[in-house]
Amino acid sequence: MAGDPKEHADKKQIHIKINHRDMTVPEGITVLEAAHEAGVRIPTLCHLDLHDIMMVNKTASCRVCMVELVDSKTNRNRIVPSCVTAVSEGMEVLTSTQRAINARRMAVELLLSNHPNECFTCPKNRECELQALAAELCIRHIRWEGERMDYPKDTTSDAIVKDSDKCIYCRRCETMCNEVQTCGILSGISRGFEAFVGPAFNIPMVESSCTYCGQCVQVCPTAALTEVYHVDKVWEALNDPDKHVVVQTAPAIRVALGEIFDMEPGTIVTGKMVTALKRMGFNAVFDTDFGADLCIMEEASELIYRIKENKTLPMLTSCCPAWVKFIEHQFPELLEVPSTCKSPHIMVGTVIKTYYAEKNGLDPDNVVVVSIMPCIAKKAEAKRPELTKDAHNNVDIVVTTRELGRMIREAGIDFVNLPDSEFDRPLGLTTGASVMFGTSGGVIEAAVRTAAEWMTGQELEQVEYEQLRGSDGLRKATVKIGDKELRIGIASGLGNARTLLEDIRDGKAEYDAIEIMACPGGCIAGGGQPYHHGNYEIIKKRQEAIYQEDKNKLLRKSHKNPEIQDLYKNYLGEPFGDLAHKLLHTHFEERERI
Amino acid sequence: MAATRTNIMVCGGTGCLATESEKVMKNLELILKARGYDKEATIIKTGCFGFCEQGPIVKIEPDNVFYVKVGPKDAKDIIDEHIIKGRKVERLLYVEPTEKERIRTQHDMPFYKKQLRIALRNCGLVNPEDIEEYIALGGYEALGKSITEMTRDQVIDTIKQSGLRGRGGGGFPTGLKWEITMKQNSEVKFIICNADEGDPGAFMDRSILEGDPHSIIEGMAIGAYAIGANKGLVYIRAEYPLAIERLTIALRQARDMGLLGENIFGTDFSFDITLKYGAGAFVCGEETALINSCEGKRGEPNYKPPYPAVEGYWGHPTCVNNVETFANIAPIITHGAQWFASIGTEKSKGTKVFALAGKINNVGLVEVPMGTTLREIIFEIGGGIQGGKKFKAVQTGGPSGGVITEKELDTPIDYDSLLGIGSMMGSGGMIVMDETDNMVNIAKFYLEFTMDESCGRCTPCRVGTKRLYELLNKITSGEGTMADIDALKQLAYLVKDGSLCGLGQTAPNPVISTMKHFWDEYMAFVKDEDHPRGEGRYVAKNKIGVRT
Amino acid sequence: MIKSLDDLRKIREEHQNKINLRQHSENGMNTIEVLVGMATCGITAGARETLNTFVEELGKQGLSNTKVVTVGCIGYCHSEPTVQINVPGKEPVLYGNVKKERVGEIIEKHIKGGQPVENLVLHMNFERT
Repeated sequence: MAGDPKEHADKKQIHIKINHRDMTVPEGITVLEAAHEAGVRIPTLCHLDLHDIMMVNKTASCRVCMVELVDSKTNRNRIVPSCVTAVSEGMEVLTSTQRAINARRMAVELLLSNHPNECFTCPKNRECELQALAAELCIRHIRWEGERMDYPKDTTSDAIVKDSDKCIYCRRCETMCNEVQTCGILSGISRGFEAFVGPAFNIPMVESSCTYCGQCVQVCPTAALTEVYHVDKVWEALNDPDKHVVVQTAPAIRVALGEIFDMEPGTIVTGKMVTALKRMGFNAVFDTDFGADLCIMEEASELIYRIKENKTLPMLTSCCPAWVKFIEHQFPELLEVPSTCKSPHIMVGTVIKTYYAEKNGLDPDNVVVVSIMPCIAKKAEAKRPELTKDAHNNVDIVVTTRELGRMIREAGIDFVNLPDSEFDRPLGLTTGASVMFGTSGGVIEAAVRTAAEWMTGQELEQVEYEQLRGSDGLRKATVKIGDKELRIGIASGLGNARTLLEDIRDGKAEYDAIEIMACPGGCIAGGGQPYHHGNYEIIKKRQEAIYQEDKNKLLRKSHKNPEIQDLYKNYLGEPFGDLAHKLLHTHFEERERI
Repeated sequence: MAATRTNIMVCGGTGCLATESEKVMKNLELILKARGYDKEATIIKTGCFGFCEQGPIVKIEPDNVFYVKVGPKDAKDIIDEHIIKGRKVERLLYVEPTEKERIRTQHDMPFYKKQLRIALRNCGLVNPEDIEEYIALGGYEALGKSITEMTRDQVIDTIKQSGLRGRGGGGFPTGLKWEITMKQNSEVKFIICNADEGDPGAFMDRSILEGDPHSIIEGMAIGAYAIGANKGLVYIRAEYPLAIERLTIALRQARDMGLLGENIFGTDFSFDITLKYGAGAFVCGEETALINSCEGKRGEPNYKPPYPAVEGYWGHPTCVNNVETFANIAPIITHGAQWFASIGTEKSKGTKVFALAGKINNVGLVEVPMGTTLREIIFEIGGGIQGGKKFKAVQTGGPSGGVITEKELDTPIDYDSLLGIGSMMGSGGMIVMDETDNMVNIAKFYLEFTMDESCGRCTPCRVGTKRLYELLNKITSGEGTMADIDALKQLAYLVKDGSLCGLGQTAPNPVISTMKHFWDEYMAFVKDEDHPRGEGRYVAKNKIGVRT
Repeated sequence: MIKSLDDLRKIREEHQNKINLRQHSENGMNTIEVLVGMATCGITAGARETLNTFVEELGKQGLSNTKVVTVGCIGYCHSEPTVQINVPGKEPVLYGNVKKERVGEIIEKHIKGGQPVENLVLHMNFERT
């Protein structure tokens, strides 16, 4: 909360008073940060400080964090927003005077006076920051009622619902979309009372160049931006006696799902999650990690092929659908660069509807594949024409971690006290390599483990590549494999991806392999994950848990997965071979930039 | 001063004292007392009327009759004829030499000049599309003098000492703003002219840009030299096509003459100006919003600090001044800081251009020295109220200001005194209201404007102005209750306190000031158990600005 | 190109005659100036028609000692269009409400006859620096 401590360490110390208490604080911090250090809570709404990913929303627009500054010279105190007001020597701050409280309450009452009164049925009920604020400030009635905004809901996309009536114009989504993700989709539209945030000219979301990364949804304090809700489709399939419903869960779910049930961030709940899914009635519970192992087999083969045959380098990972859509819109000239591999959950879907169906004598038409994803973009990915053109969809329904949490609640399952269960076979046996897909740097580390053994023909002793780990959004590293130095780039967050791609396009940097994830931090911080409400420590805990889960595994290299070996031996043939190509690879296309 | 029906003002300036004005005053006093009219009229010794060659001068208010060359013996006639019988003393009236017609009132007198034109010095005199005429009138001398004979510090010192303050409304000392920008350590700096005039009824800047565009170019170039900028922008509303055309021509001519471009006056100072068009958003007059708009971003303000002088256009130190401010620069350099500082009041120097509008006879532009009273502007220069109606109030500062009533009309105009009476200087719009105007409607009119012009960024302005407007609408339609009045009052102060930029912070001013001065008009609208309609003394009739 | 203050002053002198009449009621020549206030406000009130009529009429009548000049506004919105007639040796005369119909009268009486058209005269109650 208090900014980056390193940044202020050598700053001059100054003296201020907060609520008559003397304090010494570094120059340059805000009143809000100083109050936080003093243990004084000032409510905020538009303010969002995610300095870990270089996002600070400083619009000072909601006017909730107002405090009173004493001006003893003129005796005329001022009311200022504490989130942007820097401390200065001798400053006297009062945070809970009647005037400050009045200003805060006015802001919240005015926001409520223009907000739909539908908390009961709102997708953000109990997750809404405005709702929480109204409770915190004890708002009992609204003094100034009047006309409310009335815009149609935008439900055009398969991923994000935009309900502008609930937009409180905090501009967090805009800051995220423009400054962090550099997509430039969301911006302020219209003026005065009519103002809200949306794509330029308020075109439908589906017509914009939105990647559906969902980071806007993750930071939206209200329900102005939410994911498309697919829970009912899942219940429907589960209750259809003719359907064989198979579920798969992405690597990042197991380190975040517990948060929904008030468990400590970073708690690994893999076993409980599998039990819950089984109790909900899924016919088989598989692991998307299996797809990740498969993906490594293909990507590592493709990388070695590209290196040996002097084909286009660097090779970019393509597991992240938001990132894929980003390059299609923003860098169509670089479409040769990403690996042609499908993303892991689509691979799993394909294998379920071919290999698994065949093996179990199931009609693929009656098999429903549900993916539990930390991601909103995966919802749109599953609907891409080239992935749905076959007789049966590869993945039928995608729900987010949050939606799964709701389903577990709805099913009346006491999640916290569940016993553990194992994933079903064959698509449930996975490696430590694949679980790392959940965090930035994990995919490339998994790929390097396999590529290294394949290229050198020797058993890898040290499987952990510390140089590939970390929390910076843009990292460079080299990995020595035999006598070859692999130059590796890792970016998470689309703004960092843009920097990396521009360097490649302009010939400013050379890489052999690059991993890109659209969400800052990777899938653990995905748009479909439990809301972090501005606390990035949660994301760090999830990352630690992912690496712990890797350590816990007996198998830590994808190509050592016996079920994967069986799949190739019995069905697919060679990695990167003909059938593998047909089933596990895809293509990308240029898209308009709007 | 006791409130009497008539005031007899006797000039106490040096010139008139020399011509027996003291005796005149004494005689007036004696005779007034002798006739028992000393409760009816008050004798006041005034400052110099500036018309010494016709002294001693006696002026009768509110009749606005002006007597010249009044001798001690004339006192009897003035009291007996004028004060008691109400007849003008014809022989003492001023006779204009050429027309031989006796002039009765002061504002008819051709050389009684209340106005002093510095910013408007060339408007209506010079062909705005001919740089040679501007040069012939001494144009660009100040620029030449600044950059060839003065250091940057000297230029800034001169502006500082002149006491010039920002004419856009805020009144920040211009020299200080320049100094702060100059002191920023940056290779790249910008100077921006704010020509986004948007107050309802204000057109001072347009008039200058259309009538004397070179004065702006010259002012900007001097400023650029002082702060160390070599790029300038004029942010001008696209709704001013003629101003844009004349400015474009002027810029071309200045470039052709080498007054803009590389190595101006053979020095190493280079400077040029480009135009940026605004789409007429009122909020873009706020400097940070203006800079956002110049950068192609949404025209909305940012929180200050950082101030533009530190971090402005594309992050570079930027000085933003208003058109009228720039128009004052060249005369200050030419005539010197002392000259400028000798005009005006203690803390507000020079002149101010006002756009007179509303129920006033002489609708138009005036430029008067700071310290001129509102009464002088409205009744003397502006010719009083249309249709002989009674004056009710005047709004200065546009939608950000407040109303000023009869009792404060003698306030000398400057930045601080206007703030002191609950209004503000603003950019210079002055809208006059007469007895038929309903003040609640007036507050609603201004609120509607600011509500429409809010950018929507901060909650109090986005939602608050809307709610204020809705409440005023309810009240003026006769549906309001005392609870609504309370809610209106509370919200007005909260919006003022809580808004992000000047637009929202001042938007409630018209409501607050009309509530202060015309509470009974609000009460007249209210109908509830305790306040049956019509309890107030005033019955509403008309809307603002509509001629009856 | 102006490269010094002297250059500027030279140009100033060269063109002094352009404005002498306006500043000092004298230009050493016999030219009569007609200044028409052509700002947005004036144009809206019909100043362009007034200006065109002056140019046409003066041309038609062969009054070659006259010159029509476009200027900005003088601030008298209440009396637009405004026209100022500068006759050498006399105080400038400012007219208000000069619609094109009144142009003939001004040319006839004032420019040719030397007598201001009284009922159109406005007083200039200001000083310029």
